[in-house]
Amino acid sequence: MTDTAQTVIERPSPLREFWFYFRENRGAVIGLWIFAAFAFVALFGPWIAPHDATAQFRDATLQPPVWQEGGSWTYPLGTDPLGRDMLSRLIVGARFSFFVGIVVVSIAATGGILVGLLAGFAPKWVDTIIMRIMDVILAFPSLLLALVLVAILGPSLTNAMIAIAIVLQPHYVRLTRASVLSERQKDYVTSAKVAGAGLPRLMFITVLPNCLAPIIVQAALSFSTAILDAAALGFLGMGAQPPTPEWGTMLAEAREFILRAWWVVTFPGLAILVTVLAINLMGDGLRDALDPKLKRS
Amino acid sequence: MLNYVLTRLLTFVPTFIGVTLISFGFIRVLPGDPIVVMAGERGLTDERYAELATQFGFDRPLYEQFWEYLTGVLQGDLGNSFVTKKPVWDEFFALFPATLELSLCAMIFAVVIGLPAGVIAAVNRGKFYDRALMSTALIGYSMPIFWWALLLIIVFSGNLQWTPVSGRIDLIYYFPDPTGFMLIDSIASGQKGAFGSAVRHLILPAIVLGTIPLAVIARQTRSAMLEVLGEDYIRTARAKGLAPGRINGVHALRNALIPVITVIGLSVGTLLAGAILTETIFSWPGIGKWMVDSIFRRDYPVVQGGLLLIAVAVMIVNLTVDMLYGVINPKIRKR
Repeated sequence: MTDTAQTVIERPSPLREFWFYFRENRGAVIGLWIFAAFAFVALFGPWIAPHDATAQFRDATLQPPVWQEGGSWTYPLGTDPLGRDMLSRLIVGARFSFFVGIVVVSIAATGGILVGLLAGFAPKWVDTIIMRIMDVILAFPSLLLALVLVAILGPSLTNAMIAIAIVLQPHYVRLTRASVLSERQKDYVTSAKVAGAGLPRLMFITVLPNCLAPIIVQAALSFSTAILDAAALGFLGMGAQPPTPEWGTMLAEAREFILRAWWVVTFPGLAILVTVLAINLMGDGLRDALDPKLKRS
Repeated sequence: MLNYVLTRLLTFVPTFIGVTLISFGFIRVLPGDPIVVMAGERGLTDERYAELATQFGFDRPLYEQFWEYLTGVLQGDLGNSFVTKKPVWDEFFALFPATLELSLCAMIFAVVIGLPAGVIAAVNRGKFYDRALMSTALIGYSMPIFWWALLLIIVFSGNLQWTPVSGRIDLIYYFPDPTGFMLIDSIASGQKGAFGSAVRHLILPAIVLGTIPLAVIARQTRSAMLEVLGEDYIRTARAKGLAPGRINGVHALRNALIPVITVIGLSVGTLLAGAILTETIFSWPGIGKWMVDSIFRRDYPVVQGGLLLIAVAVMIVNLTVDMLYGVINPKIRKR
């Protein structure tokens, strides 16, 4: 009898609990696999690609993909107007999108969390000023503001990333501040305060970990927004500059050939769509797994 | 209610000042000397430089310059375009109807398809229709719309030859445009075929622009409906023996619409951002294309003024949505 009473059911580790809920969502798992493949291609692109991404094969310009008449296995997805291999360019291009996503989310999230924590803990007037500034940034359509910022800084992928990070940051500030305000009133924070925890400890060690769930979901979603916006800026000629094989820039270069060579337009866009879709699927799964309100208990 | 309206209006003022500050600062953070940039002349002599500095007001303290800018803005003075020499204000309002028409049609497209799709998905939760509709919505939500536009052009303009690739109407038609809305003006002109031509020009851009709002509306409607369908009063309605169509269509949808309307209102910003891409691809003579062209031409007064007017437009729409939200949802007024 004493034996059974002693077997206390241990709470599973947070990671295992997370995986348990995440696995329930089949779409999210598929998204995770596609994202893993994307990350792999992004990291090892130049070693996987069959050709150099900028090498021009002048005797094979605008060659169709292999399954169409005139295509060959040398260039499985065809070639662009300058005779560059589409497949190689797409593979090497993955790293730009991946890089954009990582950098933008890191900058926007770090900045946003810091400012949001500050707004949540600072006196009322500081909070008001910060939130009004965020309102001002949010009043501009994000792509337009990014476009104007890039016009000021000069068109390049780095400046596009900075601009997109600035535009995405207010979302993190709002999310963090809202979570901080609701957490701050809870008993465990009061007890930490009574126990003598200083403000930095209260902010970063006591409160922040409990605000992370919505921020992680937001990070996944803004990863895809960053990729889309960077591609849009590239498409408008304000992002990565040719001959960089960035997917949006590739689309812009291919625009005049849309009616003659469907493959130069179709594949870069498809690459963007599949990547963004995979990340959004993952984001939905993350939300289901991390949001306690929606958890099936 | 009056209290709610007043507090909401009060927050409008600082945001408006902030927006004008950003647009005011724009010229001053450009790389290079703003006076040289604004003058657009080469080899400025020192005297000419000083003269221009006085003319543009750069010799005075910043706060005075800002005050002058702010009062100018409130009187509709945003300066003149470098390229056309016409006032930015006039150019904006000449092109605005084109963007408004496109955005309205895109929104109608999004609501007419997105709302029923969300309701059908919610009612069939977990079944085939739900999964099919929501997968499609997620694809639409992830769509790079500039690529989507190119695909539609390949299929409908290239292969099928159904729609033209650019502009608002065929060049053979010419008529006055009292409303600025091509669909209305073409009917008013009474010219045969003009309306059809306007519709053919509008349909692809409207679909492209409406795609992401459509996906957002469908997803939001579904989740709002699911929430409402779990409420007690829905169970009561079922117990009373009401027809499922009436329960879903009247009892549930009416309450589910509240968050959906907010989403519709808030997608105006998305819509204007999307208009930049859509108008550029379809050569639609609206605000988005005007802004992109001005950025490339380095027509700074236009970029500055356009940025401000677009932000104010978005703010006014958001304010209106908030007010409407207060009217529809009494809970919010008390806050």
